[in-house]
Amino acid sequence: MSTITCPECEAQVGLDDGTEVGEIIICSDCGVDLEIIALEPAAVQLAPMEQEDWGE
Amino acid sequence: MMNASRELKLTVSIIGGSGYGGGELLRLLLGHPNLEVKQVTSRSHLGEYVYQVHPNLRKRTQLKFSDPAVLEPVDVLFLAQPHGQAQHNIEQYVKLGTKIIDLAADFRLRDAALYEKWYGEKHSAPEWLSKFVYGLPELHRDEISKASYISGVGCNATAGNLALLPLVKADLIDLSASVIIEIKVGSSEGGAEVNSGSHHAERANVIRTFSAFGHRHTAEVIQEMGVQDVSLTMTAVDLVRGVLATAHAKVKTGVVTKDLWKAYRAVANENPFVRVVKEQRGIYRVPEPKILAGSNYADLGFDLDENNGHVVSMCAIDNLMKGAAGTALQCMNLMMGWDETLGLEFAGLHPI
Repeated sequence: MSTITCPECEAQVGLDDGTEVGEIIICSDCGVDLEIIALEPAAVQLAPMEQEDWGE
Repeated sequence: MMNASRELKLTVSIIGGSGYGGGELLRLLLGHPNLEVKQVTSRSHLGEYVYQVHPNLRKRTQLKFSDPAVLEPVDVLFLAQPHGQAQHNIEQYVKLGTKIIDLAADFRLRDAALYEKWYGEKHSAPEWLSKFVYGLPELHRDEISKASYISGVGCNATAGNLALLPLVKADLIDLSASVIIEIKVGSSEGGAEVNSGSHHAERANVIRTFSAFGHRHTAEVIQEMGVQDVSLTMTAVDLVRGVLATAHAKVKTGVVTKDLWKAYRAVANENPFVRVVKEQRGIYRVPEPKILAGSNYADLGFDLDENNGHVVSMCAIDNLMKGAAGTALQCMNLMMGWDETLGLEFAGLHPI
């Protein structure tokens, strides 16, 4: 199983077998969405996420 | 067979078991697989079943409150009296307990002068201060495992200390700048004794900053974190259980969010009851005491304004658990060489 480094918190995140480019995975430490942008070697980038509604 | 297994159990007793801290401790001790609770004392409830004061313990024990004068020797003696009593009787207590864990503030501070400054009176047994280890495993795990006498921890101090721990341990904050810790607290911190402020009509729905600075637990943060310029500001909120500490500090030049992640992750990895809560989705994105009621976890969170170096570090705990009885039992597990999580596995409730 290959791993990537989360660009947000630098956690090591394992990739499941069969992971594909374009897939969204979640960092198990900081919870950000990561888009797989390459394999062999694996690379990710932060994916857009819905922000919390802080209200008035 | 039953007698044989019972003989293997350690004996424990609680002096002063009618308060909230003592009741929570008794709940934990009764559920611990390696312990037999021998006696629980209370002068004000002498002869009553303990479940008549701690109703959650009905059908869990038939113990009655004992007179402190008839205490028998045990392996571990827990002291859960109001502050200021244990220091007057410590010579007697050490004859009754091979090991002692005091939940009150009597033996938390190593320096008698610091005690006098923050408690406004001279300590009655200053020669005993150096014999106790400050009972927060996240700070003194090795010392606790070798100790015979353990002090309790202040609930607010624990929330403050754990909020600062990753920053101080990794040397990330500027200690020449002021550290401010805003602490929101539930009503059970006030103890089981009533006063006019605990009257429901006065306490319900409250958001009241009752101590801007000068709270006694500040001394424990100074002692344990080595931060001299620190203020604890206490605000009562409409909770029964729970503490949320929100610490404000300045990071050193060049520190970025990834450094904080590394520091907080390291502390969480070293300590079974410390978790990092900094989520990107869902409702519980930051530490909240609500979901920790009854559990021994301390949830840490943080955020950094990289424009000006202002870091906010949060710690949520249950004041009666990680802030008192849970940590006391964790210390006892360490003293006995047991898994420190034994008897403390409850994960809390959701929803609550």
